[in-house]
Amino acid sequence: MKIAVASGKGGTGKTIVATNLAVTLTRHGQSVAYLDCDVEEPNGHLFLKPRIRTEGPVVWLLPQVDAERCAMCGVCARFCHFNAIVCLGERVLVFGDLCHACGGCALMCPNKAISEVPHRTGTVRTGERDELGFVEGLLNVGDPSAPPVIRVVKQAAPEADWTLLDAPPGTGCPVVETLRGCDYVLLVTEPTPFGLHDLKLAVDLIRALELPCGVVINRVGAPFRELDEFLETSGIEVLARLPDDRAVAEAYARGELICDVVPGWRAEMDKLAQRLSSPACVMTS
Amino acid sequence: MIAALPNPTRSAPPAGQVRELVVVSGKGGTGKTSVVASFAALAQRAVLADGDVEASDLHLVLAPRVQRREDFTGGRRAKIDPAECLACGVCAKLCRFEALPFDGPGHGNVARTYRVDDIGCEGCGVCAEFCPAGAISMVESVGGEWFVSETRHGPMVHARLAAGHGNSGKLVIIVRDQARRIAGETGRSLIVVDGPPGIGCPVIASITGASLALVVTEPTPSGAHDLLRVLKLAKHFDLPAAVCVNKWDLNPAMTGQIEREAAEAGAAVAGRIGYSPAFNEAQRQSRAVVENGDTQTAREIRQVWANVQRLLS
Repeated sequence: MKIAVASGKGGTGKTIVATNLAVTLTRHGQSVAYLDCDVEEPNGHLFLKPRIRTEGPVVWLLPQVDAERCAMCGVCARFCHFNAIVCLGERVLVFGDLCHACGGCALMCPNKAISEVPHRTGTVRTGERDELGFVEGLLNVGDPSAPPVIRVVKQAAPEADWTLLDAPPGTGCPVVETLRGCDYVLLVTEPTPFGLHDLKLAVDLIRALELPCGVVINRVGAPFRELDEFLETSGIEVLARLPDDRAVAEAYARGELICDVVPGWRAEMDKLAQRLSSPACVMTS
Repeated sequence: MIAALPNPTRSAPPAGQVRELVVVSGKGGTGKTSVVASFAALAQRAVLADGDVEASDLHLVLAPRVQRREDFTGGRRAKIDPAECLACGVCAKLCRFEALPFDGPGHGNVARTYRVDDIGCEGCGVCAEFCPAGAISMVESVGGEWFVSETRHGPMVHARLAAGHGNSGKLVIIVRDQARRIAGETGRSLIVVDGPPGIGCPVIASITGASLALVVTEPTPSGAHDLLRVLKLAKHFDLPAAVCVNKWDLNPAMTGQIEREAAEAGAAVAGRIGYSPAFNEAQRQSRAVVENGDTQTAREIRQVWANVQRLLS
């Protein structure tokens, strides 16, 4: 079972839910892999404190032009829809930031002057914490594209009963890359206007991807009717309601696992794990 | 799925005295948008821009009245005519994005054809170029929309990326370009940009060529970790940075450490804001914190604003 933990809005508690749920599932005797797909800002390791076993590069192919062979015909530049390769009269320039590594320029070049050379764009680490498998990706600072790193994180995942993918915030390509191939999306939201607005965007995306989903409401305090109404109208199940509690914020600020220090949370995570384990969960969503 | 970022020579601010403040965070949910909404209220004659085009929220506080709406033609997608597809598989073999599953409808000669997965397709055009049957064409796709609006605190440019579309960086660039145009046309000297979380393409598109990045962070291991990465990014693009610690009293020791590390990384310290329900209360009333009574939090934000203004001048 591959479950993505996503949110739309940042800072709603994706990582806190994903890490605590992962540990809870292992305590229920399940095999679990936690994948940190928020490769721009991976934080799961700060709470799981895994033992890292392997570390490897993520490589991205960038075109390289052999000036000897290049006839300055401009075919590559005309083909590239991303303006990543330009022909300036006397030389051809490659803009790595713009390149999507589609390979089109190398295929098009009539003189075979373009080869693709590896560029290191990030790092993937694997390891474990007790019974819990751990994988994280880290995008190099200054490199723009997270999806290639996320693809490698997913490939590096160990076999497990449960794979939990901690998604990045937003609704753009890094989120899409994380969600592709998942069985279910666990959306973490908060009962605020910002939380609700971004939850709706995330639901739009999940519907476009035709995935089932359920919601965890974090920091529940004063009633926020609009959120309940939206969830009811859209027929989305609420899997857990986690109370707003300064003790949780402080434990998080100390880098602790909440289910170890706040008893109410342990009970909530147990219930959430049981709910996700029941086959009805995915079927009815 | 990298957006088409401008090359650096094209992203420099226009001549004149327009300053551009970008509020970013690395980690999401640290309070960027609430801080920007307050800055909008405090700044006189600024142009506002929401650079978080994937999950924009600033409009929820500023209630913009839309004056102009445009489609974001963010790119193109491949389209296969199943009747022409020979099921040879050349397209799928060349596609680097696993966007051509072999599950399209069959016809007279073939049981199945290739199909374009719109979400995976990046629009590079390799499949269309090399399809031996000429069955693939490239079509323009609408990847969202952008708006120029009026708010109670001045003009605002904002956008919405369509679900599952890439190229968010390109949309951010449109938003910033429009904000600069308006600043030039209306003689406004400051643009305040609400930036996206992270350090990837929409963030890079938000900060390149700006005058100052204000990083809003929080004293948690995540906040501290992400702050250092975003400061490194600012340095990479030669952008002066300042740091504001929100919810500082959740962990005063870590707040001190964050401020020291920020200073070592060359960033200015712009101030602290305490952990407070004032953020959510203001948000629920569609107001900025500084518009919602003279609270302690409002005073702290005013102080941060005063420090940021000094850094901008």
